[in-house]
Amino acid sequence: MLIDQNKFLFVATSLFLIGVCGIMLNRKNIIIMLMSVELMLLAIDFNFIVFSVFLDDIVGQIFAFFILTVAAAESAIGLAILVIYYRIRGSVSIEYINLLKG
Amino acid sequence: MCVLVTCISTLVHFYSTSYMSHDPHQPRFMSYLSLFTFFMLMLVTSDNFLQLFLGWEGVGLCSYLLINFWFTRLQANKSAIKAMVINRMGDFGLALGIFLIFLVFRSIDFCVVFSLIPYNLNFNLFFFNLSVNCLDLIGILLFVGAVGKSAQLGLHTWLPDAMEGPTPVSALIHAATMVTAGIFLIIRCSPIYEYSDNALFIITIVGALTAFFAASIGVFQNDLKKVIAYSTCSQLGYMVFACGLSHYSVSIFHVLNHAYFKALLFLSAGSVIHALSDEQDMRKMGGLIYLLPFTYTMILIGSLALMGVPFLTGFYSKDMILEIAYAKYNFLGTFAHWLGLVSASLTSFYSFKLIYVTFLSRPNGYKSSFELVSDAPFPMAFPLLLLSFGSIFLGYVTKDIFVGLGTPFWNNSIFVLENHFNHVEAEFSPVHIKWLPFFVSIFGASLSVSLYHFFSQEMFNLYMKNQILVSIHSFFNKKWFFDRLQNEIFGFFFLRIGYDVTYKTIDKGLIELFGPLGIVNTVLNLSKKASQLESGRINQYAFIIFVCLIIFANFSLILNVLSPFIDFQLFFIFALSMLVHYVNV
Repeated sequence: MLIDQNKFLFVATSLFLIGVCGIMLNRKNIIIMLMSVELMLLAIDFNFIVFSVFLDDIVGQIFAFFILTVAAAESAIGLAILVIYYRIRGSVSIEYINLLKG
Repeated sequence: MCVLVTCISTLVHFYSTSYMSHDPHQPRFMSYLSLFTFFMLMLVTSDNFLQLFLGWEGVGLCSYLLINFWFTRLQANKSAIKAMVINRMGDFGLALGIFLIFLVFRSIDFCVVFSLIPYNLNFNLFFFNLSVNCLDLIGILLFVGAVGKSAQLGLHTWLPDAMEGPTPVSALIHAATMVTAGIFLIIRCSPIYEYSDNALFIITIVGALTAFFAASIGVFQNDLKKVIAYSTCSQLGYMVFACGLSHYSVSIFHVLNHAYFKALLFLSAGSVIHALSDEQDMRKMGGLIYLLPFTYTMILIGSLALMGVPFLTGFYSKDMILEIAYAKYNFLGTFAHWLGLVSASLTSFYSFKLIYVTFLSRPNGYKSSFELVSDAPFPMAFPLLLLSFGSIFLGYVTKDIFVGLGTPFWNNSIFVLENHFNHVEAEFSPVHIKWLPFFVSIFGASLSVSLYHFFSQEMFNLYMKNQILVSIHSFFNKKWFFDRLQNEIFGFFFLRIGYDVTYKTIDKGLIELFGPLGIVNTVLNLSKKASQLESGRINQYAFIIFVCLIIFANFSLILNVLSPFIDFQLFFIFALSMLVHYVNV
């Protein structure tokens, strides 16, 4: 089967860039930031799978699985941090997380 | 010179035992005087330029110490510093001259240098990018030293101010010995000067101008010691132009004679000042002939010798200088002769003004100062007596030794080229030329006495009415405004340069900017800017991380891609402008 990998790669890259923009342009909500991180990880996963199929190599898919687990763990820990943070400060808005200045 | 230095020093030491007897620091004074004598002997007995320089600096040092003897007086301190600094300017020229002598001759021994001179007649070297004959340059630089030490025009201002020291100091240092060191240097280096016409030219001009200049100032001074100081300056001018006219033996003859009568004049003035409880202003004296007959006699002998009355000491040397100037038959000779004649007249004018105002006129001082007047005690009178014998007889006694025709006395120590030698012409110059100095001296003396005796009231009235006379008087009384010129143009200028340029701009400005202060400020500033990058906003952190990641990951790739298209020098400009912009924001 002839796979036009450009299209798949375009989708993956766009997803990644959307995630990046989500982190950089977002000024309000930290939840959205976490979601953007998940989105970037998804894009990378997608990239791995595409190349794995394209190169006919299983290692990419193994990596994709690892990344899935890492992403799950990361989001779990991140959400836990957020919950604790919310318990202390009563808000998770990014605007107020600027105490550490140079 | 040894005889001269030791004689005058001995007499001055003897004189000081009485003159300084009330001073608590007399031991210090005597040590300084002896140290001065030591250095002067070092100077005159040296057989190389280095030892001469040792003596040269040593007498400068002693002059500083002695002028500053009463160190609690501000004016004495300032005068001493002035003497030291102005002497140092001349010494710089002398040092340069010695360096140059070593450069050219590879030796500073007199005998080596003088015997090598004919081999270096056409040796040119570059000085301030000008090609000059080495002998000319050496001669002129050595003369700069002599100008400082012998108080010639330009660096003369220290000599009258040096009168702040005690009077025996003025007699020893600033009349008889130290100032003659400059003349001695020129005479000692006669082989150098004989082969350098340009240096001789400058010496003659400066000497003649000094003689006239100092005499013209001396006429208008009111301070007893300053008058004598300016007459010293004027006589030094005579000696210098005699050297410039290649008559070194005549010059040293005048040095010797002048030392005796000038020491006599100064010590007598000291006696007057001592008697009048340290009053130095001539206008507050007068009538002292009845109170100080001995001192009067001494000062009269000194003045007559100074103005060159026949058969006294000054006559033999001074008139001879004028005659040789006349017999030179060129521009220099005529120039020096005329200025010398005018100064001879002025010399007798101020000598007799001094005598008249101090001794002959009606008393003008306070009664209290006249009540305590007594003539010089024996330790002061005895040196005066000996000096007066010297002033009367020395010229006649030593004339044939020093300047007699064909005298073998100088042997090889003074060298004169045959075509510079005009002793015989001077001897056989017209009779009226020989009489001329006598007549101008008599004219000056009689003019001064008659003016002050008969016409003083008229002169005063004229002076009060006429604004031009006032300004002329103040011009001469203020020393041709030479001090003011020196202070306001040179002194103040250099002071300002020292503060504004070297201190403010270079030391505290440039060096600090590129040194510690500037670097510290830049680093501080940059680190402050860099720490401001951490704004505390997470999304900005993310942006920076992302951008830097891309740049680092792709740096070589970017360079590879862009290198065919752009000039990398532009990158530096770009980076630099980024940095500057970053620092300035």
